[in-house]
Amino acid sequence: MPKISGSEAVIKCLINEGVEIIYGYPGGAIMPVYDELFKYQDKIHHVLTRHEQGATHAAQGFARISGKVGVAIATSGPGATNLVTGLADAQIDSTPMICITGQVSSKLLGSDAFQETDIIGISTPITKWNYQITKASEIPEIFAKAFYIAKSGRPGPVLIDITKDAQFELFDFSYNKINGIRSYNPTPEIDKNKIKEAAKLINKAKKPLIVWGQGVILGNAEKELIDLVEKTGIPAAWTILGASAIPTEHPLNVGMLGMHGNYAPNVKTNECDILIAIGMRFDDRVTGDVTRYAKQAQIIHFEIDPAEVNKNIEVDIAVLGNAKDTLGEIIKYVETNSHKNWLKEFSDLYKVEFNKVIDAEINPTKKGLTMGEVIKHINKHTKGDAAIVTDVGQHQMVACRYANFRNSKSNITSGGLGTMGFALPAALGAKMAAPHREVVAVIGDGGYQMTIQELGTIFQTKAAVKIVVLNNDFLGMVRQWQQLFFEKRYASTEMVNPDFVKIAEGYYIKAKRVNKRDDLAPAIEEMIKSKEPYFLEVVVEKEANVFPMIPTGSSVSDIRLS
Amino acid sequence: MSEKKIKYTVSIYTENSVGLLNRISAIFQKRHINIESFNSSITEIEDVHRWTILVHTSETLIKKIVGQINKQIEVIKSYYHTDEETIYQESCLFKIKSSLLFDDRKIQNIIKESNAIIVTVNPEFFVIEKSGRTYELDELYEKLSKYGILQYVRSARIAVTKAPLFISDILKKFKKK
Repeated sequence: MPKISGSEAVIKCLINEGVEIIYGYPGGAIMPVYDELFKYQDKIHHVLTRHEQGATHAAQGFARISGKVGVAIATSGPGATNLVTGLADAQIDSTPMICITGQVSSKLLGSDAFQETDIIGISTPITKWNYQITKASEIPEIFAKAFYIAKSGRPGPVLIDITKDAQFELFDFSYNKINGIRSYNPTPEIDKNKIKEAAKLINKAKKPLIVWGQGVILGNAEKELIDLVEKTGIPAAWTILGASAIPTEHPLNVGMLGMHGNYAPNVKTNECDILIAIGMRFDDRVTGDVTRYAKQAQIIHFEIDPAEVNKNIEVDIAVLGNAKDTLGEIIKYVETNSHKNWLKEFSDLYKVEFNKVIDAEINPTKKGLTMGEVIKHINKHTKGDAAIVTDVGQHQMVACRYANFRNSKSNITSGGLGTMGFALPAALGAKMAAPHREVVAVIGDGGYQMTIQELGTIFQTKAAVKIVVLNNDFLGMVRQWQQLFFEKRYASTEMVNPDFVKIAEGYYIKAKRVNKRDDLAPAIEEMIKSKEPYFLEVVVEKEANVFPMIPTGSSVSDIRLS
Repeated sequence: MSEKKIKYTVSIYTENSVGLLNRISAIFQKRHINIESFNSSITEIEDVHRWTILVHTSETLIKKIVGQINKQIEVIKSYYHTDEETIYQESCLFKIKSSLLFDDRKIQNIIKESNAIIVTVNPEFFVIEKSGRTYELDELYEKLSKYGILQYVRSARIAVTKAPLFISDILKKFKKK
C-alpha cells in the first residue's frame, strides 16, 4: 500500500471509528486536514460552524442525543482556545467528545510562532486525556486510544493536537481499534458482596428513595433502572442530567432534585431511611448544605468512577461498576414491594407544590406570559417525544421542571458547567445526529446572544431545529438572586435587546414573536409543524421568579415555595 | 473543627509520558495545596516510573486527591502514606568555605558525628553530603549554619512503603484480559 499523509490518516481514523459528521472551523495550522476533508466529503460531512465554541457544543449535542462520540476540529492558537469552554463543559458533564487541533510545525514549538498556543497545557485540567502528535506514525494509535478513552467508563473529552509537519508527513498507515490500556481501568469489577449488602439494606427499608443521574443514561441502564424501581416500588427522583431516563409520567418518578427541583424529593431526602444514589455525583446544586444532607439515612452509591465515592457525601455502601451491570445484578436480590404510604407522602407534597407554584406557572391567569406555559404547549404539540435542548438560567430550570419526557436522551443541557450559549449549537448537533427526532431549543435572551452566530450554521445546514427564545429582557436567574439576596440591586442584568425576529429573518429562518396568550398555542403548533428551522420569540413576564428554591447554603429540606 | 494536617507521602506509579506532570500538579493546584517536594524515578519494573510527592494536608483531602490521581489515564496506581508507614530518605549538599575547617575544629567533629560524607575538598571550599530523615538533615543544617554556609540544597523525599504494593500484579492482570 502506498504511503499516505498524516492528514489523510486523520480522516481514515475517523472513518474507521464510524464518524460521519464533524463540526469545525478551518485555519492555517489545520489546512492539510481540511484539504483531505474536501477529498473525503462523501464519507465525512464537515459542518462549518460560525465559531469554534459552536463546534464543540454541536459535537456535545450530537453526543448527548446519540451516545456516540462527538468530534470537533479547529486550527491552532485562537481556534484552539475557543474550544476551551466546550471542553470544560464536556468534562464536567461526562460527554464523549474528541477535539482535533492543528499546531505549528514541531520545529517551531515553543518559539511563540504565529498562532502558536500551548493547548495541551491549557486543556489538561479540562480533558479526560490529551496528546500532542509530532510524527505522522503516531496518528493511528493515538486516535484509537482517544476514541477508546472518550467513550469508555465515565466518558469525557479528549484533545489531540497535531503539528503541521506531522499532517504533511508520509507514512505507512494501518488502523487497529484499542480495547484496553494497561494504566486505565474504565469499569471497576463488580463486587457481588456489595450488591448483596445493598440489596439487604434495600429490602428492609421502610422509606427508601432513589436518586439517579446521568450515569443511568451514559450506561444505557434505563431499562434496568425502571425494572428496579417497579419491582421494589421505590420512588425515584432525578438530577438535571438524569432527566428523561425514566418517563416523566411514570408513577414512581417523583421529580427533580436540587436547587429548583420539586418539593417532595427535596424534602423527603431528609426523611428517607435509605437513600439509593445511582450514577450521580452529589453536586452541590443537588445537595444544598452537605452537613444537613440525608443525615438520617443510610446511603448506597452505585457509581462507575471510584473518585466520586465519598467525594462530597460519605456513603455507607459503594457499589462500583457500570449501572447497567450493577442494577442488572441487584434486581435478582431485591424483593417485590410497594411503598404505598410512603409514596402517598410524595403525592401529598406534590399537591402542595402544585397549588402554590405549578398551577400558576403552567395555567396562569395573570396578564404576562410565563415560561411554564410555553413548555406546557411544547409538551402538548410534541406529545413528549421531543428532545429539549436548554441553555442556562431560569428558562433551563423551568424547561427541566415542566418538560414531559417520554424517551431517554431527551434532555440536553449544560448541567455542571452552566455554560450560557450552549443550547443553540447543541440543538444543531442533536438535530443532525437524530434527524427523525423533534429537537426544540429553549433559550433565554441572554444565552441566545452568546452563540447567536450559529443561526448561520443552522441556515446553511437547513437542520430543522426549533428555536424558542423566552425573552424577559433580563439575565433572569441573576436578577432573581439580586431580588432575593441583594435587595433588588439589578447590577448589569437588564438587557436592551435587538429585534430577534429580524435577526432570524436575516438568516432566512422563519420567525415569529408572541406576546399574547391567545397567540401562544397556535404559534407553537405552527413551529412544531414546520419542516424547516423555525424561530419563535416569546415575550415573557419581566420579573418572574423560579420556585421552589433552595437558597445557597440551605438544607434541601429548607426548600422555599415562594 | 478543622482536621489535623500532617505530612503525607504520595507514591504514584506512572507511564513515562509528556504532560502527565502537568495533569497531576493541576489536581493539587485545584485544591490549593502546595507540593513540598517532588521526585520522579525509574522503578523495579521496566517502563514504569514512580513519583514521590510530599504534601502537608488533611487525610480527608489526600484521600480525595489520590482518588483523582488514580483516575488519570497514564497513572497505573497511586497511594498515600504517613511517615510511619514508609522508609524514607532525603539528601542534601552543603558547600562551605574550606578555611572554616581549620579555623574551627568543631566543624570536623560535627561532620564526623553526623555521618555526612565529604564529597570534595579544594582550597576554596568543600562539599559534604548527608542523607537521612528530615529531622536529621534539619539538625545538621542548624549546626553548620552557625559557621556560614555558602550553598545549601536538599533533594526531594524518596520513600518505599513498609507494606507491599503489588504493582506487578496490576500489570499482569491487564495482560491476562
